[in-house]
Amino acid sequence: MSMSKGEIHVVHLYPREMSIYGDLGNTRTMTARLARHGYTPVLHQHHPGAPFPDQAHLVLGGGGQDSGQARVEADLERIAGRLGDLAEGGTPMLMICGMYQLFGNAFITVEGKRLPGLGILDVTTQGNAKRMIGPVVLSTDFGDVVGYENHSGSTRLGSGQAPFGSVRSGFGNNGEDRTEGARTGNVFGSYLHGPILPSNPRFADALLSYAVPLATGAAFEPEDLDDAFADEARTRQVRRLLS
Amino acid sequence: MLRTTAAIAAGKLTRAVAKRRGGGSALPGLVAERIDPKILGHALGALPGGIVVVSGTNGKTTTTRMLVAVLRAHGRTVFTNPTGSNFTRGVISALLSEVGLRGRPVADIAVLELDEAHALKFADALTPTHALLLNVARDQLDRFAEIDHTAKLLASLAARTSTGVVINRDDSFVARSADGVTSGVTIDYFGVDASIAHRLPELMEQDTRLDDDYVVPPPGADDVLLRPVDERSLEILIGVDGAGGVLGPLELKQRGLAAMINATAASAMARQLLGSGFDPATAASALSAVTAPFGRGEVIDAGGSPLELVLVKNPAGFTVALSTYGSTPVATMIAINDNYADGRDVSWLYDVSFESLRERGVALTSGVRAFDMALRLEYDEVPVAAVEPDLDRALERFLAERAGAPARIFCTYTAMMSLRRNLAARYDLPAFGEEAS
Repeated sequence: MSMSKGEIHVVHLYPREMSIYGDLGNTRTMTARLARHGYTPVLHQHHPGAPFPDQAHLVLGGGGQDSGQARVEADLERIAGRLGDLAEGGTPMLMICGMYQLFGNAFITVEGKRLPGLGILDVTTQGNAKRMIGPVVLSTDFGDVVGYENHSGSTRLGSGQAPFGSVRSGFGNNGEDRTEGARTGNVFGSYLHGPILPSNPRFADALLSYAVPLATGAAFEPEDLDDAFADEARTRQVRRLLS
Repeated sequence: MLRTTAAIAAGKLTRAVAKRRGGGSALPGLVAERIDPKILGHALGALPGGIVVVSGTNGKTTTTRMLVAVLRAHGRTVFTNPTGSNFTRGVISALLSEVGLRGRPVADIAVLELDEAHALKFADALTPTHALLLNVARDQLDRFAEIDHTAKLLASLAARTSTGVVINRDDSFVARSADGVTSGVTIDYFGVDASIAHRLPELMEQDTRLDDDYVVPPPGADDVLLRPVDERSLEILIGVDGAGGVLGPLELKQRGLAAMINATAASAMARQLLGSGFDPATAASALSAVTAPFGRGEVIDAGGSPLELVLVKNPAGFTVALSTYGSTPVATMIAINDNYADGRDVSWLYDVSFESLRERGVALTSGVRAFDMALRLEYDEVPVAAVEPDLDRALERFLAERAGAPARIFCTYTAMMSLRRNLAARYDLPAFGEEAS
């Protein structure tokens, strides 16, 4: 085994409360791919009330139930300044479903109550009686991306806000404007479970390519990984859903 | 009554036609229900021993079988829905085969397996006298959306039960449903003995609804507790250290902790129903004779060597199945479909750890999501020898390659149905719906 190309600190936000739909798989994918690319992953599980890690080169968050979301809100407010600084500094972040909503400007409940979010992404989510559930295919900067959505919130992008992808099959942000997710700098929000990273390795490695220079000062030097299973799983879903 | 008679006659006719065509088990129930929406109440309302509903995410079919066996061993005649068709219409369909045209089944008591949503629909038609609440786990979130919601469904079932409920004391989702039970209704608990409490996290979902973590209370004198002796045998204790009696040691035909907990749940419900008539020795011998339901750890004689068919449908169930079978590694195939009955979202595979398969590897992954399963295994560094999405071709290859050695297939629901049909034709096994109960 050759020498490590460097330590990359990965922070998983609220693994207990906000990772009910297999989003732990995104974290597993990132630490495994870092190791396969010759880097040394250092994983931090951030729980409510705990100090936020000193080093963070990649931040991941997942979906939860409404009750889980309620339990992390106070902590998120506490670490908001830190997350804002990291986002500003180009730290890649991937926030799925519930955490995507919390990274937006606000969540408006069905009853009309406005719950403020972090405002890192210029999106606003309206609570809905109807759930948007099913498999999804997107076109993104990273090629076709497949996943599975399961959300009742309907999200609208602010006027200058870029989406993560455009919907080819499924609902996306709101089932109407064909946008899915949001991207500001290296911060990504998306509704896609699946989980999203294992079957979309090009997107996964893009996140790593943003994280590595922050940690090592040098560009990402990927190894040539065998992604045959991922590519086959993804192209089969694309074929199946678009046919 | 005339309406009920007409409904039953029509249902019986549909059943006869459907059977000849090899059709499904729910249609006759649908026909009968259309003609007489109150058919359930008319047919089951007057049973002297009451109506027992078994519900929860995991273990309904096995627990129902066990409870029925224990009650029958105590001399009760029991009406049940044995084919795992746990919807209201499935119950009516089952009824049609057992009632005369007047609509009264010849039974002392009904024991019905119903999934969480249908248990409430059933309660709209007929108030259950007893409810056995097993657990709440993530299962088919497509249908129930959130486990908090599932927990609420079970709590309202408990609240609508008239005589007695039996509750899993270790499952915070289920245990909290005791709060809503009508006063005067008996509440009993089942759970695990302190000696194995450390294994609970692998069985339970994380409950994030309240800020206070649920703490399991000290066991009461009527709590029924599981104490495994070793991998195969167990004791079921009534009260702390079995002060109120002990079942066993006994061995179950089905392996693993989940089956042992199901046996404990069934014993607790049987004890509540039978009162002083409950005999631990009779119950123990009945439990040890119960065979595994189709596809739930069923062992098929595949040309002289055993083939285990293990249904997996959610993270808790798959994790328990892997730990159950982990001590005896054999050639393994995993078949994952994503049809409605399987749960269309396969994300949950990432909440299961497959490390126990690493050493031996997996011979084949199959089903619609065969490549997603192979990818999942790759991330746990489990070698996958081959991927064949087509179930029949995969089975053919798997059986040929194992060359008479014991083997095991973990599969989701529709993959299991398809594989079992193929195996039934190959090895002359009874088909679904013909299972002796």
